Parts: sequence; structure tokens; C-alpha cells
Amino acid sequence: MSERKIRILIGKPGLDGHDVGAKVLVRALVDAGFEVIYSGLRKTPEEIASAAAEEDVDVIGLSILSGSHMPLCEKLRDLLTAQGLDDRLWMVGGNIPDKDREPLAKLGFKGVFPTSSHFDDIVKFVRENA
Amino acid sequence: MTTMDRKPLPKRVVNESGIDIKAVYTAEDIEASGGIDKSLPGEAPFTRGIHADMYRKRPWTMRQYTGFANAADTNERFHFLIANGQTGLNVAFDLATQCGYDSDSAEAYGEVGRVGMAVDTLRDFEIAFDGIDLEKITVSLTINGTAAIIIAMYLAMAEKRGYDVSKLRGTAQNDILKEFIGRGTWIYPVDPSVKLVADTIEYCASAAPKYSPVSVCGYHIRESGATPAEEMGFAFSIAKAYSDAALARGLDIDEFAGRLSYNFNIFGNLFEQVAKFRAGRRRWARIVLDEYGAKDPKSGWLRMIAGGGGFGLTIEQPENNIMRGAYYALAGALGGAQTMALCCYDEAYTIPTPKAQRISLRTMQLLIEEIGLTDTVDPLAGSYYVETLTNQMEDKIVEAMDWVDSQGGIIKAVSEGLIQSKVSAQAYQHQKELQSGEFHKVGVNCYVDDGEEKPQVELHGYDQAGAQEQIDSLQKIKRERANDEVARCLAALRKTAQAGGNVMPDLMAAVKAYATVGEMSGVLVDVYGRYKEPLRF
Repeated sequence: MSERKIRILIGKPGLDGHDVGAKVLVRALVDAGFEVIYSGLRKTPEEIASAAAEEDVDVIGLSILSGSHMPLCEKLRDLLTAQGLDDRLWMVGGNIPDKDREPLAKLGFKGVFPTSSHFDDIVKFVRENA
Repeated sequence: MTTMDRKPLPKRVVNESGIDIKAVYTAEDIEASGGIDKSLPGEAPFTRGIHADMYRKRPWTMRQYTGFANAADTNERFHFLIANGQTGLNVAFDLATQCGYDSDSAEAYGEVGRVGMAVDTLRDFEIAFDGIDLEKITVSLTINGTAAIIIAMYLAMAEKRGYDVSKLRGTAQNDILKEFIGRGTWIYPVDPSVKLVADTIEYCASAAPKYSPVSVCGYHIRESGATPAEEMGFAFSIAKAYSDAALARGLDIDEFAGRLSYNFNIFGNLFEQVAKFRAGRRRWARIVLDEYGAKDPKSGWLRMIAGGGGFGLTIEQPENNIMRGAYYALAGALGGAQTMALCCYDEAYTIPTPKAQRISLRTMQLLIEEIGLTDTVDPLAGSYYVETLTNQMEDKIVEAMDWVDSQGGIIKAVSEGLIQSKVSAQAYQHQKELQSGEFHKVGVNCYVDDGEEKPQVELHGYDQAGAQEQIDSLQKIKRERANDEVARCLAALRKTAQAGGNVMPDLMAAVKAYATVGEMSGVLVDVYGRYKEPLRF
């Protein structure tokens, strides 16, 4: 019996329409052998959290380029915890300054991948932590 | 690097549009690719430029993208840019305004004034353009999903200040089809979205005939992963869809084609960019004059703003972006752009500082004042390489348009996510080549300076107090305006939308009554529905 594939939800919360990175990452994760669900643009944190629960994903990755990652990740932390998904791997990518890494880690976002991160590093991180 | 270290030249050199580049070109290559277009600048099909004298008469307009926080801050920045010699304004709006939400809505939380100016009512326009001479400074509005509403606000503001709207110039982006491909600020489904574009074209053709209601954007399609030839080909397919919708209203092609404009991207290979502009001008003229049978040669002008391209810039060694910007501006000038904007060198990691904005302006001014780019028209004409490449790029542009047709046309290709899927697959391929080092990017995967730290990403801190001010002022307007008049205008808008009529006159009336962006867009969502994104990979 083959092992269950790691399931990943890539979510785009908020009004930010920059989806080149999210879509490109989805392709890279699929090529790496993961099962990937993409939320599409402009989802509320609530929609992303319930999709994560419904799809029973192992990894929740957010793509945020508008600069609103702190308030959005705070909201998602509460919602994902309420759904009992605090044992899953949480990641975030986008326009993220270094100084926000630690506060994001404290919120539970273990993987932080700013723009220009390499696919290999993200894939490796998922394999080692999911 | 010594000769010993130098890597051997790869056997094949292929540009991004897929054209094989020879080591040497001769007159024979021009002939083999279709010959040379002997028309002069200002003569159809305008390969050499849409004006006879081009920059000899007037250099390109410089129009940097600006707008942040509230209308008052934006107004201050506008005055700063004008004082520094900028001749046009390019307005950025916050995401709530772009997506049809008021500043006090739940959806706008954390977004008010973040990436551009917050606009709720006509009052914001009155403040933002205070003291700016709308006859001297042309204003470009970067707005799409809510473009019909925002155009109505601009025209109403000008009217209130006593300008003759029938003589008013300016541009709105208002290219919703590309929003579905890249950028993503769509609201309504594809068909009613295109219908709204046709409404603005139809309305402006009679009420504001000098105003350019649509600027078709290859720019964002290119940023999403399209090749330079596809950028232009897909943009032409989109412009044809808007034109067909306007013709279906009974307009004549000559009534509106001359006011259509374009927004193109510049990054990458300089010669490919120059050839793209020359080929694009020729192809568009052939489409409008031959295919659509326009009588006025001006209808076939490819009028454009060319932007030195965000996708080309890097956060690594960011000072390199100043040089990149200079080469991109050079390509735009050699390609004959009428208007140019350059991304600032710090734009990869922050909203540009005033200093970075000034450097971008000075880059273009240097080309005009010191480097001789305005001395003669189309200086690369006759070059074996550039003329051949121009012919080949035109073929590639036609190929891209044929692909769209083979998928059932642009509306279907966008509705079903076929273009989105194609360009995103290319973006993925490009990203892999970038990460493997196969595609060279200086400071990123070659000539990397290990000792140098990347600059820190700096985001404008969110101005919570400023957002609250905007919300307070919106609520004050809502209390003080004639609310029965607003309700009457919104009901009229709903009725017209339901009947499939042109909503522009109703929007003009609603805007003047200080109806909000969210109220007007809300009515249209009720009637038209919301777009559901096809997620195709």
C-alpha cells in the first residue's frame, strides 16, 4: 500500500490579487509529488480555515503580498486553532520583512518564505516538517 | 574574467518570444522575413511611429505611478511630482476601492489606503485633485473592476470645477479582461464586465470624446508569464473584444478606436522590446484600418504608455535596478513610446521613496537632455537585425492571436482560464530556469556577491489613524448628503442594469449625489453576480 500523499492547501487571503507566486508554487509542489489544493483569489480567513478542515490537509500555506500578513496570520491562527488544525504545518510566503519572521513563528507559522525563495527549499521544508 | 574562464557561446540563441537569433544579419534577412516597411513615421501602418516628428516635437510624457493613503496625502505627492517636472499623473487606488468595497466595510479592514488612495465618494476626488490644472496635467486612473464608477467620479469632479468635459483628456485603465489573467481585481462575471467596458466607451464617445476610456494592458499579462509577443497579441485580442462590443452598440469604429490606448511592459532583451513596439504598431494599424475598415488613419494609432517593468527588477543588489531602469527607458524611447513610467529601484521591496521616484524621473530626463534620444525619429530603422526582428515579432504576435482564436476567442479563453493556465505554466518554467541558473539574472544567479546582504523588505506601516479618518469622513458624508436622492439614484441604476442598458448616465447622477463606491458596486453585484475563478492547472 502506498503511503498517503502529503496534502497542502495554498490560500490567498485578503484582497491582494498577486497570484503569480501562488500559482507557480502550486505547480512546483505538485511536481514534487504533493497533493495540492489552491483556494483562488480573495478568500476570507474563514473560508480558508474551513477549506483546510474540510480537505483535511497536512499543510496550510498562505500567500500574501499586500503587506497585510500580520493581521491576516493572527486571524488565521485563531480560526485554524478553533478548527483543531494546530497540529498541522502552517507556512506563509510573500512580501515579508525579516523582522516579521519571529512574530510569525510565535503565531505558529513555522515556515516563512519571502519572495525569491527557492522551490527546493520549500519542498524540503514540507518533507521534513509535515 | 579571462578568456580561459569564458563559457563557450551556446549554439542557439533564442529570444523570449521564441525567435532564433542569428550571429550576423544582412539585407537578405530583411527580405526573407517580409521586406522593409518604407512608410515614413506618421504614415500608416506606423511601424516607425504614430507621429511624423515624434520626440522632435515633444518628448514622451513621464507619468510615474503614485497614490497612497488618503486623498489629501495623494494631493500633496501629486504637487511634489508636478513641481519636479512630471507632466502626467498616474493614480493608484487602494484594494478596497479597486474591488468595490467602502472603507468602512469588513472586506476593507486593514486595506484602507494601503496600496493606493482610498476613494469612497466624489469628495475624495475633489480633495485629491485640488489645485491641479486638469487641462495641463493629464490624469491616468489605474482602475478596472470599478472603472465605470471611478470614471464617472473623475468626469463629475471636472464638471464641478467648471471644465468642459467634452474637451477633457485623460485615461482610465478599465481593462477588465486582463484582470482575469493577471492582477485579479475582477468583481462581476466576464460577460457583464465586458459590457461595462462597452458602456464607458459608448458614453465617452459622445460625452467626453477626448477622454481615453480604456487602456488595454499587455503589461500585467507579461508579468503573469506571457512572452513579449504574447503580451502584445493577447492585448490585441482583448482590444478587439472591446471594439466588437462597442460596434454592437452601433458605434462606428472611427468614433472610438482613436481613443483606445495601451499599456505595455519593458524588461528583458532590448532589441526584442524595440521590435515588439515597431511590430505591434504595424499590426494594430492593420487590424483597425484593414480588418475593421476604419477611415481615419488616427484610429489605427497604437498609443501607449510603456512601463519599465516590475518583473525585471530584483531585491538582490537593488542598485542594479537603477541601471535596468535606464536600459528599459532606452528601449521605450527607441521603440517610440508616447508615455513612459519606470518602476523605481526600491520597488521590489517597498513603496518607492521620493528619492527613488526622482531617480526614475531623472533617468528619463537624462535620455532626453543628454543622450540624444529625441534628436531623430526611429533611429534603429534600417538596421538589418531590428527590421528582420520587427517582421518576425509581427508574425509571433499574429501567432498568439491565432492561438486565442483556436481556443474559441478571448472571452471563452479567459472565462475558462485557458490563458491563465498557459501563462502560469510559462511563469513556472521561467522560475525553474531562473532558479537553476539557466536563465541569467545578474545579482540573483550570477555575479552574486555573497558578502552582500539583501536589503530589508520595508512596508509602509499601516496607518490605522489615517484609515479611521477616512472612515469617519465617509460616515460624515453619509449623514450629511441627501440620502433620499442617493436612494433614488441607486434604484435608477438597478433598473437600468437589470434592463441591460448603459449604466454610465445613472452612475454620473449617483456619483454627484455622493453615493459610495460600495453602494454603486453593490447594486451591480446584485444584478450581475460575482465572478467565480476557474482554477485550472
